[in-house]
Amino acid sequence: MSDPVVEATDVVKFLGQGAGRVRALRGVSLSLNGGELVLLMGPSGSGKTTLLSVLGCMLSPNMGSVRVCGRATAGLAPEQLAALRRDHIGFVFQSYHLFPTLTAMDNIRLALDVRGDYSRRVIERAKEALATVGLSHKTRSYPLQLSSGEQQRVAIARAIIGDAAAILADEPTAALDSENGYAVMSILANIARQGTRGVLVVTHDPRILPFADRIIHIEDGRIVRGTGNGGTSAQI
Amino acid sequence: MTRVEFISVSRQGLRDGLCRLREFTARMLIYLWRGAAFAVSLLTGRKIAPLFFKLAARNLFHDRLRLAATIAGIVFSMVLVTVQMGLFVSFRTMVTTMIDHAPADLWIMPLGTKCFEDPALLDERERFRALSVPGVAEAVPVLVSFAQWHIPSGGTTPVLLIGSDRNELGLQPWNIVDGDLYDLAIPDAIAVDRSYFERLGTSGLGDTVEIRDLKAKIRLVTQGIRSFTTTPYVFTPLDRARSYAAISPNKATYLLVRLQTGANAESVRTHLNQTLAKAEALTPDAFRSRSRSFWLFGTGAGAALFAGALLGMIVGIVIVAQTLYASTKEFSNEFATLRAIGSSSQYIYAVIIIQALMSAAIGFSVAAAIGKVVVKTTADTALPVLIPAGLMISLFLLTVAMCVVSAIAAIVHIVRTDPAVVFTR
Repeated sequence: MSDPVVEATDVVKFLGQGAGRVRALRGVSLSLNGGELVLLMGPSGSGKTTLLSVLGCMLSPNMGSVRVCGRATAGLAPEQLAALRRDHIGFVFQSYHLFPTLTAMDNIRLALDVRGDYSRRVIERAKEALATVGLSHKTRSYPLQLSSGEQQRVAIARAIIGDAAAILADEPTAALDSENGYAVMSILANIARQGTRGVLVVTHDPRILPFADRIIHIEDGRIVRGTGNGGTSAQI
Repeated sequence: MTRVEFISVSRQGLRDGLCRLREFTARMLIYLWRGAAFAVSLLTGRKIAPLFFKLAARNLFHDRLRLAATIAGIVFSMVLVTVQMGLFVSFRTMVTTMIDHAPADLWIMPLGTKCFEDPALLDERERFRALSVPGVAEAVPVLVSFAQWHIPSGGTTPVLLIGSDRNELGLQPWNIVDGDLYDLAIPDAIAVDRSYFERLGTSGLGDTVEIRDLKAKIRLVTQGIRSFTTTPYVFTPLDRARSYAAISPNKATYLLVRLQTGANAESVRTHLNQTLAKAEALTPDAFRSRSRSFWLFGTGAGAALFAGALLGMIVGIVIVAQTLYASTKEFSNEFATLRAIGSSSQYIYAVIIIQALMSAAIGFSVAAAIGKVVVKTTADTALPVLIPAGLMISLFLLTVAMCVVSAIAAIVHIVRTDPAVVFTR
């Protein structure tokens, strides 16, 4: 396994204001290395999504630090954080967030388009990404013409086309049946196995435990346990 | 000490301003260069079109009903602005039409004259005073006066008499469509515009009519010499104009001055103003400007036209802003996703602004077509709508500006959207 692609150290994050202010993360430290698939598990309200948002540079921590590919995110302006996401992080969302008015091909291209890459090679790369997720035959399909599993695979293709070092997935199998859930996790595990990318999956779904290299348990904004595959205690 | 500090601060401010201007210009040149290079790459097939064009188009055409409402709003607004501005241009041109067609180097008029149609009178003595000024070659009298035209079927209507002798320097009718200018020399001859035939109760050339109980015969017909006041112009030689208007033979409204070769208009004008007793001399430009200022702003007519145009623009901005905002709100998930996957703010602004520009282009095309129809249908009326090329270009730029300004509300909404919402939706 390689160096950490995303690393959080003693991260504290408050959400809300005034009387409604809550401490969503209470000193979380973890690292995601290239070549591993890590599951982040915990009950609802435990801080999983907040942690994912912080690791994905969408929320800034109130205390502690986050490093993405060795670069500290502290003090970066929103545009710089967007650039960091664009260059190093791929996202897979529970509800896919594909653009209904664009084809599968264009949805995937979008990840390079926002980087200002308008070269003709983009089309080849989008085709390769679609092939990786087994949807070479669906280039011209619109999201509404795809099944849930296919939509999620398009979302994965969008996350990987830019060679992001970290893939952050939020409940990627929650809306899928077992067969599609298995297919999606297999793709994510293959991506991790290639060695350069780290994949962090937030999940409630016990069916996907076998895919994990590590499992991190979070409760009340704290990491309570880290286990290796097979239940052995592991580095967090 | 304070003065020195003030000067040094001002210089510093100036330097900063110049520096910023230089940076801005350099950045604009870089953008232009990149844009041109990108266009070449697209045309030569080395690059593919950015998706923000497609996204903007799809967002815009996604809801046809809303698009129709947006376009209707822009069209309504721009037709209103176009007609108001077309009327303004027409009005502005018409109020100086007589000044434009008089070949005078200088105009002499009674003191306090506000516009061409202001029928105050000069005494003949002013003409001799004017001719005594060095540099004045000729001073030709012109009479402008209201008179009553007897409609053959009964009743009277006012007309504005233009009395001028046939002279190189005189104020003669133009756009003659029937008859000959020499025919105005025939006793009792008058010239009227074809557009006023119905109003004057005449069928045209050869008709005998009455002006202030005196006979007159239409010997000349013009086309397009109309007054914005709706009072018809009637051209006739000076002495007959005086008779029709019951004005003594030593009076005139204007003296049209021709300068001697090489004379300086401004110094002659100054000299004239010192010499004339109850009159003043103006250059044609100054007289035009005074007439426009009186009719357009002194009477409130121009302000009313501008207010109409402004109202149209506000309606347009509100409608486009509302629909763009609604469209952006509908696609706020998509915009948040764009932000989450790392798009810059500029990329998202580009999507929204391209949407606005597309709306502007469609709306303007329809409004321009309607404007053309309005121009055609009002061509023969008392106040035709004029839309010269310059006005058309300005209106297009105005439509673009209006739509871009309308995009601000949508942009503000997007700026406030937190990309992290993609995890909770």
